[in-house]
Amino acid sequence: MKQSSLFDIISPIMVGPSSSHTAGAVKLGLLARNIFGTTPKKVTFKLYNSYAQTGRGHGTDKGLLAGVLGISVDDVRIKNIFDLPEADEIEYKFEFLEDFNRHPNAVDFIFEGAQRMTISGNSIGAGNVRITNINNFAVKLSGEFNSVVIIYKDRLGVISKVSGIIQNEGINIAALNCERSAKGEDASICMSLDSALNYSIVEKLKKIDDIYLVRHVAKLES
Amino acid sequence: MRKSITTFSELLLVCGQNHKHTYELIQDNEAFLADTNVDEVRLRVKKTLAAMKDAIQAGLKSSEKSISNQCGDDCVKLQERYKKGPSLLGDLFEKITTYALATIEENLRMGKIVACPTAGSCAIVPSVLVAISEKLDISEEAQINALITAGAVGSIVQNKVALAGAVAGCQAECGVASAMSAAALVQILGGTEKQMVHAVALALKNILGLTCDPVAGLVEIPCVKRNAFLAIYSVTAAELAMAGVESKIPADEVVDALAQTGQLMSPMLKESSQAGLAKTKTALKIEKKVLGKH
Repeated sequence: MKQSSLFDIISPIMVGPSSSHTAGAVKLGLLARNIFGTTPKKVTFKLYNSYAQTGRGHGTDKGLLAGVLGISVDDVRIKNIFDLPEADEIEYKFEFLEDFNRHPNAVDFIFEGAQRMTISGNSIGAGNVRITNINNFAVKLSGEFNSVVIIYKDRLGVISKVSGIIQNEGINIAALNCERSAKGEDASICMSLDSALNYSIVEKLKKIDDIYLVRHVAKLES
Repeated sequence: MRKSITTFSELLLVCGQNHKHTYELIQDNEAFLADTNVDEVRLRVKKTLAAMKDAIQAGLKSSEKSISNQCGDDCVKLQERYKKGPSLLGDLFEKITTYALATIEENLRMGKIVACPTAGSCAIVPSVLVAISEKLDISEEAQINALITAGAVGSIVQNKVALAGAVAGCQAECGVASAMSAAALVQILGGTEKQMVHAVALALKNILGLTCDPVAGLVEIPCVKRNAFLAIYSVTAAELAMAGVESKIPADEVVDALAQTGQLMSPMLKESSQAGLAKTKTALKIEKKVLGKH
């Protein structure tokens, strides 16, 4: 059984009113931003189910935008985020949808900028979140760990090369999720690590043949 | 101490074997989990405590309404009432109720609070902890010990049931917060670990079945007032436990009952605002007004 931390319970220090609908939204935005790698030029937020129905009253829209702008859960500017100069620098819109196949508190981020990227996630309660998909690849990111996400062409030995490089740096892999669309097609690796990867390791990973995308997703401060 | 503790019986056993308090075991565990030391863990708890106190102070001074315009001015009313005459139950009662409303109202106006365990139940532990500490002049170190104890309780409950209204109703939010608060209080009052765990069991037994039926889906009605009610309620659990009153049903079994009750509770009463208070005639009017605003 997973040992829960004291700070799963007496945290986060956050802007109210809801851990799932406000703090969770900020965290999802922050993780999506980390995965995208920079501030996007344009973002469409698709809010589903409870996020769509009660989101505005909980400041879910404000929280999602704050996260994408790199503003943390305890920043009192979230309340007036739509009036901040940072918000004027990007184009954004919100869509409110119903889809009972999705989690009650689900969101899609559609980022546009240097590239287009779709990231989906859920707010699963008490401020805990999961990023579940990146460009239709199933992933599992919670922000509790420093993680690395890799998208590559499914081929013998890629997972072993990746884990070898990480192991050589003396970094322990806490969890590992792999997924592929079909044999020999695109596949994804999602690793939770006990410490951060530095820039040079990420560059080393990028040099492995048939790897399209490597993202180090920094752990969120809670 | 490197053993993970997932039940109250395990907690009592390990505390007894090592002659340690709950907070000592938990801060050691936390340091291990986070790859840090006990001083760092305590520093983080100290910052959390400071944020709780800031929220109380900010909330006491404000009567700004929430986005929905439904709530936000009750704490001021309560302070006015106590200016005219003392509470029937004395100054501790006054402090707890005003601090609770101050914190939860700060939450609904998008102010800074500490989720404990959730934002909707953020006022219960701080109001009781800060009020008793002021009243009895409790040292900051002892307050940190109490807050770690409260966190440990939430963490053990969370092993069996997710602390979210959507999973187990308000049992898992304000209900668990009241058990955490009762535990913190027993720690401050110098009770034994066994008494602390009985306080948890006593508190949890009496919130079984508590639903989550917020009006218009917002953390406002009935959440605001419920925080004040359950803060006071948690004092009863601590007082009984300090007197040696024991829960006939052990804490772990009460948690099982809570989890089962949560499973059996209709999804309509679990944070979906499809029944209960949320579907009363007046609630529907409020909902129309609030949602119409956007």
